[in-house]
Amino acid sequence: MKLAYWMYAGPAHIGTLRIASSFKNVHAIMHAPLGDDYFNVMRSMLERDRNFTPVTASIVDRHVLARGSQEKVINNIARKDKEEKPDLVILTPTCTSSILQEDLSNFVQRASLETESDVILADVNHYRVNELQASDRTLEQIVTFYIDKARKKKTLDLRKTIKPSVNIIGVLSLGFHHHHDLVDLKRLFNDLDIEINQIIPENASVSELSKLPKAWFNFVPYREAGLSTAEFLSKEFNMPFVNITPMGLLNIKSAVQRIQAILLQLNCHRNYDDYIDLQTKYVSQAAWFSRSIDCQNLTGKTAIVFGDSTHAAAMTKILVKEMGIHVLWSGTYCINDQKWFRSEVQELCEKIVITDDHNIIGDMIAKTEPNAIFGTQMERHIGKRLNIPCGVISSPVHIQNFPLSYKPFLGYEGTNQIADLIYNSFTLGMEDHLLDLFGGHDTTEFLTDTLSSGSCVQWSSEALKELTKIPGFVRGKVKRNTEKFASANNYNIISLEVMYEAKEKVSN
Amino acid sequence: MQTSIHNNTTFECETGNYHTFCPISCVSWLYQKIEDSFFLVIGTKTCGYFLQNAMGVMIFAEPRYAMAELEEGDISAQLNDYEELKRLCLQIKKDRQPGVIFWIGTCTTEIIKMDLEGIAPKLEADINIPIIVARANGLDYAFTQGEDTVLAAMAHRCPTGNSKQLTAETDSTKPNQLIIFGSLPDPVVKQLSYELKKQNINVKGWLPSARYSELPTIEAGDYVIGVNPFLSRTATTLMRRKKTKLISAPFPIGPDGTHAWINKICSIFNIIPEGLNERENKIWESLEEYIQLIRGKSVFFMGDNLLEISLARFLIKCGMIVYEIGIPYMDKRYQKAELELLVKTCNDMNIKMPKIVEKPDNYNQLDRIKDLQPDLVITGMAHANPLEARGINTKWSVEFTFAQIHGFTNSKDILELITRPLRRNDGLKHISNNIYITHDAKN
Repeated sequence: MKLAYWMYAGPAHIGTLRIASSFKNVHAIMHAPLGDDYFNVMRSMLERDRNFTPVTASIVDRHVLARGSQEKVINNIARKDKEEKPDLVILTPTCTSSILQEDLSNFVQRASLETESDVILADVNHYRVNELQASDRTLEQIVTFYIDKARKKKTLDLRKTIKPSVNIIGVLSLGFHHHHDLVDLKRLFNDLDIEINQIIPENASVSELSKLPKAWFNFVPYREAGLSTAEFLSKEFNMPFVNITPMGLLNIKSAVQRIQAILLQLNCHRNYDDYIDLQTKYVSQAAWFSRSIDCQNLTGKTAIVFGDSTHAAAMTKILVKEMGIHVLWSGTYCINDQKWFRSEVQELCEKIVITDDHNIIGDMIAKTEPNAIFGTQMERHIGKRLNIPCGVISSPVHIQNFPLSYKPFLGYEGTNQIADLIYNSFTLGMEDHLLDLFGGHDTTEFLTDTLSSGSCVQWSSEALKELTKIPGFVRGKVKRNTEKFASANNYNIISLEVMYEAKEKVSN
Repeated sequence: MQTSIHNNTTFECETGNYHTFCPISCVSWLYQKIEDSFFLVIGTKTCGYFLQNAMGVMIFAEPRYAMAELEEGDISAQLNDYEELKRLCLQIKKDRQPGVIFWIGTCTTEIIKMDLEGIAPKLEADINIPIIVARANGLDYAFTQGEDTVLAAMAHRCPTGNSKQLTAETDSTKPNQLIIFGSLPDPVVKQLSYELKKQNINVKGWLPSARYSELPTIEAGDYVIGVNPFLSRTATTLMRRKKTKLISAPFPIGPDGTHAWINKICSIFNIIPEGLNERENKIWESLEEYIQLIRGKSVFFMGDNLLEISLARFLIKCGMIVYEIGIPYMDKRYQKAELELLVKTCNDMNIKMPKIVEKPDNYNQLDRIKDLQPDLVITGMAHANPLEARGINTKWSVEFTFAQIHGFTNSKDILELITRPLRRNDGLKHISNNIYITHDAKN
């Protein structure tokens, strides 16, 4: 047993449902107790979906416990087949059905005899994989199913498109800014004069999946979902794939160069160098922005990064290499992907944190006191308590991270968005300067709004008053440094003198 | 579909394919109500994910609840349940020092037959903190019924005083005493107690109280009454185990309900209520501006929190037409007085008695909604946005469980909630018509 009240990645069935509900005309039936259909609320609330989420439950209740589901699952599948006429029904196991150990695959076989729609059982184990792994697995499973089906019916179309083309794999519902990213990815491939063969699973039709091999190569924007599918297609049809996330100028450049190399292998000579240069300098404002004098104030500022492996790795790279910000540590909760994550960021920061325990992250933030945090909603709340600004860069997120306006994280427009996010997260340059000069505008006496209090050193009233004059965003740090200094030197009371002495002797 | 006739009321029962919150959600309001409590939900990531998302910002306020997340070793019994729970509860004791720990059993603990009731007394003696076990799982219960399982378990812990045989004397020494059950926010507790005090009725205690240590003494023969329609197990426990006398009354929701509730209590104690009619009339007068917005309009309850009968009864009294009352579970004995008031209200208002659909089927209901085109659908969040996109006004049912809706004072709040979608959507008429579905939508 584990004591927990917050988790970064959800349970496995959420991943399966995200894939199922992303496709067009695919219906998921959960084998679950009453109340487990909370996914529908998230779709309806977070994404403000106008349609009913195509997910229903085949309810596991007392009777099912006593006698087994028997015909119930099969009837529910058959019923949905008639009511909604989906192309595919995915029977989705949950934690409950995992331990009931009913033969769900038998139900699927029997049901598919009666139904017009295809029926498959999502092959995910609740106790072994999380939401992200399950989404990756389910997408691969669906693609494999339809490739096999086409192969049997001999309708598999392996002829490549005439012009270079790509499949974009892994754009999902409830994904962090996925819909905005997709717009910018389309623009990118349009600019590169590459046709988009298919985008899966977002709004895709399963009947079209047999045409996936027509593309020249595959593109996987996010590591969390799509890699398995790309690997499967690579193995089966020798389709190359690019899995460099085009987030940040350097990553976009690498991704485009990789695409160029792949096209070259396929005897298509393209040179994107001028395109990259033009976009970097004039379409994206991020490079120029970093160079502009206002951003000098960001020099030496510190940040920490935490999120899924895709976004945390890319963000770390942007902060360090594109904005010149000092990243104290960078981490991910994608424990299964830590090898890749470590290799990506080890040159960029002093420390790498791999954990899915938010307490560890909270304590680390309190201890390292960055100027800004780039993390998930959890880190935003930690930041609120510690009075450290936070830019949200990764799931898990709230409704506010499903913005109405166009806010991609990928592609050249994404670089602009990210630059804004970073810049706005730090205190603005001139404001920063003036606060220093005039002792700040925040003179409230909240001095214990930090996680790590509990020092036994007393402050004299004079010193305390002086402390209030220090600008809010560094006050906690000054306070703790002074306290550390005082206890190290056996001062019981921090007077003005001790405070000044600490300032002189403690280096930041 | 099964149909039964009960006092010319039509009850139907559908498939039970409906959306509701998992009953473990009760921890979110109970931990706030019982200040020295700690709720440990013994379940899986699925339960945790639900709580984390359903409770929104509350999760960041260092709530006094946590998951005991079961891992594969727990399921296959490679780990010892007792030792695991002991380790976690000692951690909780160290970090939070609660006055009581609630273990919330879930679907998983049911299926693997984890003997929580058996382990709890042993561990309680070991670590010296009361441990109360409530099985609030989705196999058996819906949403607010979670609170019912917790309160029923708490009822066992209420002190019995000196456990003397009840005599006529003890009755006369403490006249007009009453124990009320149901978790309500503090202001509402004060308001209702005050209303009763005005009638010279003393509230001996509330189950639950603000602290575990202040649980009321319950003696055999005490009168008890519920404030919420979903508390049938608690009522049963109080009657059978604690030998109390249950006052069956409509629930104090809406001025009519509150009047009936107080009236019934008074009649038990042979008190002629004073000023109750005037009080109710005053409240109705103050509601008139809201009632104007809904009079003659129709409403459809999809059903997910068991407040439906009481709310429907109040809305009918306000002049609305109710097409359907969906409800997860209908205890006709516990809700008897409420059902009778509903029938009476329909007669008074001269409208047809709505059908009551137990264990509804959401898919079928959506069909009926499409046909009936009600002015308002009271529904869960899974259906609200899709219905709005189809031009149907909706109100999220969950809000009724979190808002203050009991007593005379809060009647306005119910109507504030009910009329909000109507007032809002009225103001948006100028933008375009109110259909927003996408072109490829199936229905």
